[in-house]
Amino acid sequence: MADTIRAREQRTGWILIAPALLVLALVYAYPILRSFWLSLFTQNLGTGLEPVFSGLDNYARMFQDGRFWQSIFNTSVFTFSAIILELILGMGIALVLDQSIRGRGLVRTIAIIPWALPTALIALTWAWIFNDQFGVVNDLLLRLGLIDVGINWLGNPTLAMVSAIVADVWKTTSFVAILLLAGLQSISQDLYEAHSIDGATPWQSFRQITLPLLMPQIVIALLFRFAQSFGIFDLIQVMTGGGPGGATEVVSLYVYSSIMRYLDFGYGAALVVVTFLVLILVVAIAALVISRLRTSAGEKL
Amino acid sequence: MAKLELQNLNKTYSPKVIPVKDVSLTVDNGEFLTLLGPSGCGKSTTLRLIAGLEQPTRGKVFIGDRDVTNLPPGKRDISMVFQSYALYPHMTVYDNIASGLKLQHMSSNEIRERIRESSGALGLEELMGRKPGQLSGGQRQRVALARALVRRPEVFLLDEPLSNLDALLREQVRAELKQLFEAQNTPVVYVTHDQTEAMTLSTKVAVLNRGDVQQLDPPQRIYTHPANMFVAGFIGSPQMNLLHLKSDGKNAVLGDYRIPLPGGFTSPPDVTLGIRPEHVRLAQPGDAHSFQGRVFLVENLGMSNLLSVQLPGSENRTIRSLLPADRPWSQEDVTLALPPDAIHWFNTETGERLSNNTRPLVSNTANSTPLADSNPRL
Amino acid sequence: MTTVQQPVQPQPKAEARETHFSSKRVLLTIAVILVVLFSLAPILWQLLTSFKTNQAISAVPNVYFPRPDQLTWQHYVELFQRRPFLNYMFNSAFVAVTSTLLCLAIGTPAAYALARLRLKGERIILGLILIVTLFPYILLFLGLLEIVRAAGLANNYLALIIPYTAINIPLTVLVMRSFFLQLPRDLEDSAKVDGYNTWQMLTQILLPMTVPALVTTGILAFIFAWNEYIFALTFITRETMKTIPVAVAQLGGATLFEIPYGPIAAATVVGTLPLVLLVLFFQRRIVQGLTSGAVKG
Repeated sequence: MADTIRAREQRTGWILIAPALLVLALVYAYPILRSFWLSLFTQNLGTGLEPVFSGLDNYARMFQDGRFWQSIFNTSVFTFSAIILELILGMGIALVLDQSIRGRGLVRTIAIIPWALPTALIALTWAWIFNDQFGVVNDLLLRLGLIDVGINWLGNPTLAMVSAIVADVWKTTSFVAILLLAGLQSISQDLYEAHSIDGATPWQSFRQITLPLLMPQIVIALLFRFAQSFGIFDLIQVMTGGGPGGATEVVSLYVYSSIMRYLDFGYGAALVVVTFLVLILVVAIAALVISRLRTSAGEKL
Repeated sequence: MAKLELQNLNKTYSPKVIPVKDVSLTVDNGEFLTLLGPSGCGKSTTLRLIAGLEQPTRGKVFIGDRDVTNLPPGKRDISMVFQSYALYPHMTVYDNIASGLKLQHMSSNEIRERIRESSGALGLEELMGRKPGQLSGGQRQRVALARALVRRPEVFLLDEPLSNLDALLREQVRAELKQLFEAQNTPVVYVTHDQTEAMTLSTKVAVLNRGDVQQLDPPQRIYTHPANMFVAGFIGSPQMNLLHLKSDGKNAVLGDYRIPLPGGFTSPPDVTLGIRPEHVRLAQPGDAHSFQGRVFLVENLGMSNLLSVQLPGSENRTIRSLLPADRPWSQEDVTLALPPDAIHWFNTETGERLSNNTRPLVSNTANSTPLADSNPRL
Repeated sequence: MTTVQQPVQPQPKAEARETHFSSKRVLLTIAVILVVLFSLAPILWQLLTSFKTNQAISAVPNVYFPRPDQLTWQHYVELFQRRPFLNYMFNSAFVAVTSTLLCLAIGTPAAYALARLRLKGERIILGLILIVTLFPYILLFLGLLEIVRAAGLANNYLALIIPYTAINIPLTVLVMRSFFLQLPRDLEDSAKVDGYNTWQMLTQILLPMTVPALVTTGILAFIFAWNEYIFALTFITRETMKTIPVAVAQLGGATLFEIPYGPIAAATVVGTLPLVLLVLFFQRRIVQGLTSGAVKG
């Protein structure tokens, strides 16, 4: 029974999937496992860039490292503000795009454009928009008489963070809108008609039909956006460089400069490990929420 | 030597596949075997096991004298017609029909010759350059047939090939299929849930239920001698009357009546009387078993009336009778006769037919012929 | 009774509904305009900047409607004359196209295997692929840096092509798998009975039907590869090998005292143009690919 149809099918399957698994192992599995290993060593200018085993020293150092905690704080502020704004705005855009309007295809096309553009270039665009001397934001505020002197957006710790969040919201809201729109379109129109015959207002319909049925898409969109924002690099690096004074330095920027500027490989690896673990934790929670939603939706049916 | 032989074929413990239990049968040259049963009975799984699209858990498949159990479908020398026709959408009709031959490295002249032969009968010459998307359902079905025929395989397999056609076309194509495959001297295995197709096309029928072969017989015998209560209930429309009765050893008890059981077997305590509605007729003087009953529902089927009759007694039994449309009856109360020849007896507990096995087959068919003639409806 | 009364009552209702509808129309139109403005304004501002003379760019208050003498091509000319901008564009295009083709070639067979061949452990593989789509590139960058150094791949296109192929494989697998799952099984069974082996079936029967899904996936993969920043920043340091995002981001740092706003704006426009065109032509496919890659997986 060695060469049954089933056995051949399995063999073919593994041959077909092997190249993909190999590439994924090289680019995903190896670097992450390698970071776990490296994080147990001290390898920096102090050790002449030679790895010296130091157990959990890197992690102990991290607890004392104010800059690390600052970067975690910055990342959290950035991530949570951005994804909440994106969810609200994205929901609004999805609801608009879901209506039957003239030229809907064109409006949808336009709405996707920000998502498709290179983040590094978008960062330049927004840095120019928030420019303290010639920026259009200051110009508009001056014209409206809301301010008397131009604001130094990127030079102020709080405002630099606000600017970065605005840029990120602009860039990725369309992604959230696309996912939510797909969800909206899968909700049967009959439900709304039945509900309105029962006397429901549009707002009640939104609360009682749209939101609950859209919950899986919302969670998935939030999950994707969380992962991307938590690892944000290009936008911040190009727009503010982490400044002013580290006010917008997010975790991945800190990882990058630990490794590329300070050549502190062991510590950088430990930072990678912690970022990875936080991400996995959130994914696990989201997966739990999604499966709960699925089973509760199943019970209703 | 049988052309196609299945030996104790099993398919079990596979999540997405309906199981099949211990199917053994043979199909000879020129035989047309239909696998018949309700959905989920394992008939398609059996066909896919023959084709090599599924791997049997146990058992063997022979084609000619080759054990093909572990051969891939392409090496079994079979051809198959699918319910959805499965025409390759990006290929022309010609390329669709030629695809299998090309893979056998046949010369293009020979391919052209073969296709000309097989497609002539199906009237496909005009369509050769078209793509499947430009064809009607009936045309697609013919292309699928041509693709199967042109291979000249050792076995033909057909998986519900008529079920995607509308009712009118289905009858027409059914007749064509019969002629087409009668001309081939090749075993055919045909899967359907439609008993009319099974009855009209086959030389033998295997009725399946829950992965088990319930009965393997020529279609006429399946109708006249259903092997068990499942076959009795599944074959024939309107469905056979099945009355669960107590037995006193020699007679079955129906209310105040006693219906004598035929000899030749020891009767279990619970028996089931089966009689087809078309065999229940209005009693005439001298009829052996006649019952008074009250008509509570009449369904007009055009050429006949289907009467639902409540039998007297506390058990609230009903029996249905199919009467020719021109046969009148006195409005509410009727007297029905159950001709002893037409009664089937089953063991209620096991569902098996209670029969006198010593009776020769010839007399059975002789008995059943007049009955079958009197009712064309199946 | 109710059926008799119905024709009488609805008339005032219908009128009310009419006005309700038209006010809804107005609100909707405003919302649509806001969405369009939100999406386009920053790009249009950058476009305008790229055509303005340096004086007009640095005019306060800002010039929104420049006079003809405030317009110039100079920033674009400078990009191509004073910098190897054609090189950047070629680098980006070459790396993105090559990695896209590679990820389709590697990911599609894997997607088929996961859709149809009932592999042992396919659920685990799928779960891992799904999780991997969430990993930010910063997690990979240290390990990849080591590989690039060990293999001597710095300033080599392979240092980008291999990671770009990899980061697009999960997407390819998810989108193509959901496509294969929609295909009727009979077609493949029929091909098997006809005598096609798995590889012939994939290339001769399934591939022609797969083209639309491949285009969808390819567009997404191309966008992700074209836009990638951190690997390109780290693994490529030679000026003529740089890709557009890195090269343009580094334009700003070229002179410390005078930031070349005009050329930056022009470079942004040139760098985003291919993507804007892709979106204009393939909006539907992008939406479809994104949702089937993210939601159905």
